[in-house]
Formats: sequence, structure tokens, C-alpha cells
Amino acid sequence: MLILRSLALSLLLTLPVQAESLRDWVDALGAADAQEKRELLEQIAASGDEISDRVFDAFARGGLYLDRRNSSVVIAQRDGARYLLRDVLTGEDLGSAGRRDVRRIAIDNNLRSELQSLQSIARLSSNDEQQRGAAIAEILAAPTDTALKALAARESLEPVPYLQEQIAIGLALQALAGSDPATIQAALLTLRGRVDPVVRASLVTLGDRDDLPEMIRNEAARLLFLAENRLLWLSRLESLFFGLSLGSVLLLSAVGLAITFGVMGVINMAHGELIMLGAYTTWVLQQMLPGQPGIALLLAIPAAFLVSAAVGLVIERGVIRFLYGRPLETLLATFGISLILQQAVRSIFSPLNRSVLTPEWLSGAWEVTQGLSLTYNRMAILVFSLMVFAGLLALMRYTRLGLQVRAVAQNRAMARALGVRSARVDALTFALGSGVAGVAGVALSQLTNVGPNLGQAYIIDSFLVVVFGGVGNLWGTLVAAFSLGVANKVLEPATGAVLAKILLLVALILFLQRRPQGLFPRLGREDSN
Amino acid sequence: MFFQSAFARERAYQFTVGTLLCLAIGVPLSNLLLPQESSFALSSYSVSLLGKYLCYALLALALDLVWGYAGLLSLGHGAFFALGGYAMGMYLMRQIGSRGVYGDPELPDFMVFLDWQELPWYWLGFDHFSFALLMALLVPGALALLFGWLAFRSRVTGVYFSIMTQAMTFALMLAFFRNEMGFGGNNGLTDFKDILGFDMQSDAVRCGLFVATALLLLASYMGCRWMLATRFGSVVLALRDAESRVRFLGYSVASYKLVVFVVSAMLAGLAGALYVPQVGIINPGEFQPLNSIEIAIWVAVGGRGTLHGAMLGAVIIAAAETMLTARLPELWLFALGALFLLVTLLLPQGVAGLLGGRRSD
Repeated sequence: MLILRSLALSLLLTLPVQAESLRDWVDALGAADAQEKRELLEQIAASGDEISDRVFDAFARGGLYLDRRNSSVVIAQRDGARYLLRDVLTGEDLGSAGRRDVRRIAIDNNLRSELQSLQSIARLSSNDEQQRGAAIAEILAAPTDTALKALAARESLEPVPYLQEQIAIGLALQALAGSDPATIQAALLTLRGRVDPVVRASLVTLGDRDDLPEMIRNEAARLLFLAENRLLWLSRLESLFFGLSLGSVLLLSAVGLAITFGVMGVINMAHGELIMLGAYTTWVLQQMLPGQPGIALLLAIPAAFLVSAAVGLVIERGVIRFLYGRPLETLLATFGISLILQQAVRSIFSPLNRSVLTPEWLSGAWEVTQGLSLTYNRMAILVFSLMVFAGLLALMRYTRLGLQVRAVAQNRAMARALGVRSARVDALTFALGSGVAGVAGVALSQLTNVGPNLGQAYIIDSFLVVVFGGVGNLWGTLVAAFSLGVANKVLEPATGAVLAKILLLVALILFLQRRPQGLFPRLGREDSN
Repeated sequence: MFFQSAFARERAYQFTVGTLLCLAIGVPLSNLLLPQESSFALSSYSVSLLGKYLCYALLALALDLVWGYAGLLSLGHGAFFALGGYAMGMYLMRQIGSRGVYGDPELPDFMVFLDWQELPWYWLGFDHFSFALLMALLVPGALALLFGWLAFRSRVTGVYFSIMTQAMTFALMLAFFRNEMGFGGNNGLTDFKDILGFDMQSDAVRCGLFVATALLLLASYMGCRWMLATRFGSVVLALRDAESRVRFLGYSVASYKLVVFVVSAMLAGLAGALYVPQVGIINPGEFQPLNSIEIAIWVAVGGRGTLHGAMLGAVIIAAAETMLTARLPELWLFALGALFLLVTLLLPQGVAGLLGGRRSD
């Protein structure tokens, strides 16, 4: 308590003193010559007071006047024949003065050009983080000796780590341009591990300078090599991450199909539309819970499962069960359903894309290291897809429904003979696969536009993933999804997005023509082809 | 049963041939000779529209050949159709000459726009009509040969074949959307002026194109019928119904399928080549998987495995689409989707089945 009080007291005591000295310096400007003005301004800048900004602004505009009546310096504005005066530090109205009472404080071009950098110096100690960042950038863009000294002094005081880092890098880069080998060496040490383009450019110039000892040039070349190597690896890691992210999207969109097509052998061309329904469920829930996009998103996971599963149940009971054993007819009929669902969504929700909000805890990115940042939403979807996959796997392996599904898939007649109600199992399996598609839609709504055509974008990819992985094998779907995703993103830097996709499609077609059973074949229902 | 169905099919054959001949003679006469006020006169727009329907009929015929008779549901026939269309479109682009917007004597407008300096090698030769027509047949044929050879050798059948043909047309669509491909990218090929030196907008040319389409459709129809009536056709039918048995009898199933698939692809290419001058544009949208799957529904509605049914189905649905999209665009996809469901669930033999012509099994 006592300490606190004394601290408050000392603060109270120091503040006016500081203001006093600032006012003294400002008032001294009135009688100073050019050189003295410069020194005074530097002092004002170094004081780091917020108010100094106003002084610089006014001075640069030529609005700083000496009030002859009390030889103080004020801000004045001409108003007819008189001048309106304001206090420099507080902005307080000081009434008006006649033309004779005030004299404008002269500013020459030399001084004017320095004002900018002085102002930046003043802002270095601003309370606003953004202001400080801007000031650092300004000083580094047009460095002067004074400014650099101020920057160096500021480095250890700067509380925000990334700004401190910026100062260190900037100063090191400045030092590289100098000629003192020791300073350069120290600077090189600071720049170690940095991959920014500016740093690499400076390293290139440094390596070409003849006036420096061989050792430093070699060191620069080595650092450059390391930086480029690191950059290469970072971009590879980034491709890998994007590939895994794409793989998770493929997995989510295909895993429902791996149940309906893979296990049951039903060609459901409306699978993409079931995904779309899941995405729209998310949107509807977010509309119903305005201001709570995160809760709506979480609620959407079970809701979308139910919506899509219900629609899937209707499709199975209403259409597909009449077409078992006729896969081509199933294909056409379900395609008809997909058209109807698309148009229904278009009529109900309008043909325009709907924007599903990303909750705060999913936006932003985790900066792993400089040059590599992973967005939260993609990471979440990656984890989510694996969770969905694990859930399905457990369901198929450990539950009664899973056992019955596998039994019906392997030998329908025998399963029926043993008392499995195969029609009910068919309906439930199809509803399950459809529901998973809906859950996929919730995740996809975080990555892509939600519109009536959302499903079409995924249907061909989903089928290819399932066939590539091996029909009837969930693990195959997992491997296929991630390998296709990674392959796509690894190709992309070299070929561009569209060509990478085309190449992959062609490669996939060729692979499946050589090996139609896919990567990991397993026997499903006999009539699946 | 067989005799009855053969009799019905004979009647349908005569009816189809008769209708096509009447159209080939009647349509140009009513357009060119009758005064415009006459209620029997057809506008030039209608002539082109009818020509478009007949192109669809040819495309449906091509799909029925592979689906109805060889049991292969290709969802990539839109790609063969579009490739044929692009071949013809390239010829028509060359015919524009220096009358393009940029007036370049050598390069089509979109190449000038992309700042290309010379014609890519694969555009060479397309100044000649006969070469373009040949390519409209050979390019789809060659693609079908390659794709089919790879697929049938590994015994890819059923839905796997469908899905892979769909992936093929999807990949081609992505490729043709790229400007770097040299086929006009997103916009495709359009703004055609002349065909064989005649103005494409003139009534005579429109009628000529219509007559050519009708006669080529007739010839293709008769050719398909002939092909299926031969020993070769019998083997194809047999392998649709009992592939393993045919294989065990010593036939090379893959070769038979391959021949049918390639012929069908070439017919689709021909349809595309006839389609482009009548609608005046070809763009990558034709490669859309939806288009290919729509062909399957034409065939299914008309009745697959009948040839004439497929043609009828194409014309009926295309006409319905023209009417519905003009008046109730919202309803079209509902109607099309419902059609898919109705036909597969309730009308497995299509309209031809309703009319009494039995499926050829």
C-alpha cells in the first residue's frame, strides 16, 4: 500500500516537471537560431511525449508562432486581421492576438526535411503499438544517424517482442551497409535464420562487396545458402500442410460415400448434395443464432447429421431400395435426386452463395516460425476429419449395427438366414453414410462458398477417392484421400492449380484402368458391379 | 416373342426412316419456298433449332449403341461430342480470316489477345474443311480407342467405367478452360462467319446444314442397325447379357467392346461437328459432366437398346427443355430430376417400350 502510494505520488510529481521542461524547450524555439532549433527539436523528439507530435505537425505547417507579449510559443491561425491562439501542449484556447503581437517561427527546408524523421523518433515511444510499428518502418525506410541512434536506444525498451525483433533486424541490416567488419559480423549473427526477402537481398549485396575481408563474404554466402535452404523446406512444409488439409477435405467428402458406395455398393450421385445440405444447415443455424457463430457451428454438427441422414433415409426408402442390383439405374435416379435437391436449394435460399461465418476461435493462424503459419480453421478441419473417420471405424467394428452392415455386405442371404433384417440395415447404413456427408458439409462451410453447386464440386473427387482407395475399405479411403491431397499440393507450385488437378485426374484414370480394384481391394457385396 | 418384337422393330425402323426423309425434304422447302406469313412456314431460327435436336438425336444414338447394346454406360460422351465440335469450330475460326476484331490475317482473336505470335502446331490443317471433318471423327475416335483399350483390357465395367468416363470429361473440361490450351479458354470458339465460303447466317446455309444433319443421322441410324444385325452385332449383344460366357467361348470381349466404343465416340464427334455451325458457338461448358449424364437420360427416356427410342428421347427432352427454360426456368431442373426418377423407377423400357417396340432382348 505504502509503496503504491509513494509510486503514485512520484508520478504526480514527475509529470508536471516533464511538461515544464517540454514547455521550456518549445518556448525556447521562439528565439533560437537554425542550429539551436534543430537541437531543441531533437530534445523534444527524444522526450517521447505524445504531445510532441502536435508540435511537429504545427511546425511543419508553419503554424507555430511566438507570442511577443509573454515570449511563449503558441499555435496560431489567421482569422481576418487577427490571430486565434491555442496552447501548443494542451490545445487550450488562448484567445486572439493582433498582427503585431505574434511572429511566425521560421522554418527552412533543411529543418523541414528533418522534421519527418524527428516526428518518427517521437512516435517510437508512443503508447500505441501501431504507431510505434509505423515509426520503426518510417525510420528504416529513410534512415538518418539521429534516428538510428534513437532506434538503437529504443530496442531494449520496446515491450512488444515482434517490434523489438523488427528493430533488431532493421538495425542489423543498416549495419551491413557499413564498413566496419566487427559490426557487420555482429549484425550477421543477428540475421541468422531470417528468411525475409530484404535480408536475403542484403546478404547477396554483402557477398559481392570487395572491400570486406574474405571471411565476412563467405559468412554472408553461407547465411544466404542457409536462408534459402530453410525457405525451401518451409515451402515444402507448407505444401505438405495444404496437402493434408486438402486430403482432410477429400476424406470428409468421401468417407460417407465409402459407406454407401464402398460397403453397400450403392451409387449415390446425390452424395454431393447431402454435403451441401449440411453446409446450408450450418448457415440456417447461424441465422437463427445471430451473434453466436461458434455455438451455431457446434450445434450444426449434430443438426446437419440429422438433416442429411433424414434426407438419405427418404432417398433409400423411396428410390434406391427398388433399384438394388441395378447400379446404372441407381446412378441415374440418384442423379435426378441431386438435380431436384440443387434446384430446391436454389429456389428456397436463392442461387447466390451464402456466407457462413467463421467463429473467432477458428480464425487466424498459428505462426510456427517465420515464413510458416498454419491457419486454425484448416488445422481444426484436419483434426475433425480424423475424428469423424475414427468414429466411423469404431462404429463399424464395435457396434451391433456395424457388425450387421458387414454381414449384409459380405453375404446378404446368409445374414438374412441368421435373422438380420437386411432391409432395415440397408436403410440405416445409407442414412449413416448420408449423415456423415452432412457433417462434412459443416466443415466445408468453413473453407468454401456455400451455394447450390457446392455438392457438384466434390462428387467426382469423392468417387475417385473411394475407388482409388479400394471399394469397401475405409482405411483405403483414408490413404487415398491424403495421398491425393498431398500429391495435388506438391504438384501445384510447379504446374499451377488447374494443371495439377488435371494431371492428377489423368494419373488416377490410368492407375484405375491398370488396377480397377484400387489400392486396397476388399470384397464387398457381390452385385456391386 | 422374338418375332413379335422383330415385327415391331421393323415398323419403328420404317417409321424412323420415313420421318427423317420427310424432315430432310420438308423443312428446307417450308423455310425457303413458303411465304413467311404461311402457317406452315418455318423460321430460320426454327430450322436451326430442329437441326440442333437432330444433332442431339445423333448423340443419343451413339450412346445407345454402347449403353443399350454393349452395356457400357459412358458418362463421357459429352466429351467426344465437344471434341468433334471443337474440330469443326477450329475450321470455322480459320474461315474468319482477317475479319476478326483485331483484323489479324493469321491468328484468331483470342490468340492476338493473349499476345501469341504464331499459330500452334495443332491448329495447322484446320483451314481445310475435309481435314477438320476428319479430325472431328478421328480425335474422339482416338481418345475412345486409348481409353477403351486401357479400360477393357483390365475388365473395367459397370459403374466403374461410368465414373472413370465422367472423370475423363471433367479433366478435359478443366483443360479446355485453360487459356494456355489454345482453344479460346472460357469463351471457347465463336463469332463464326462462313462455312465452305458461304455466309453462315443465310437461310440456304441453315437449310443445307439441316439437310446434312438429317441425312447423316439417317445414314448413322441405318449403319448402326446394319452393324448390329451382323454376326458382330450378335456377339456384342451376347457379351452385354453374358460377358463371361462369351469370353469362355473364345471371343475377345475387349476387342468387341472397343470397336463399339470407338464407333460410338466417332458418331458423337460427328454430332458435335454438325452441332457447332448450327448453334454458332462451342465452349468448355459442353464438357460438363452434367451434359454427359443428360444424354443418358435421353436414351433412358426414349428406351435404350432400340436406337430409334434413343433418338426420340433426345428430341422430346430437348424440345421440352427449350420450352420449359423459356417459360419456367425454375421448373426445368425439377422436371429433369423427376424425369430421371420416373424413367428409372417406372418406365425402364422408356417411351419406345410404351409404344410397343420391345427391347431387343
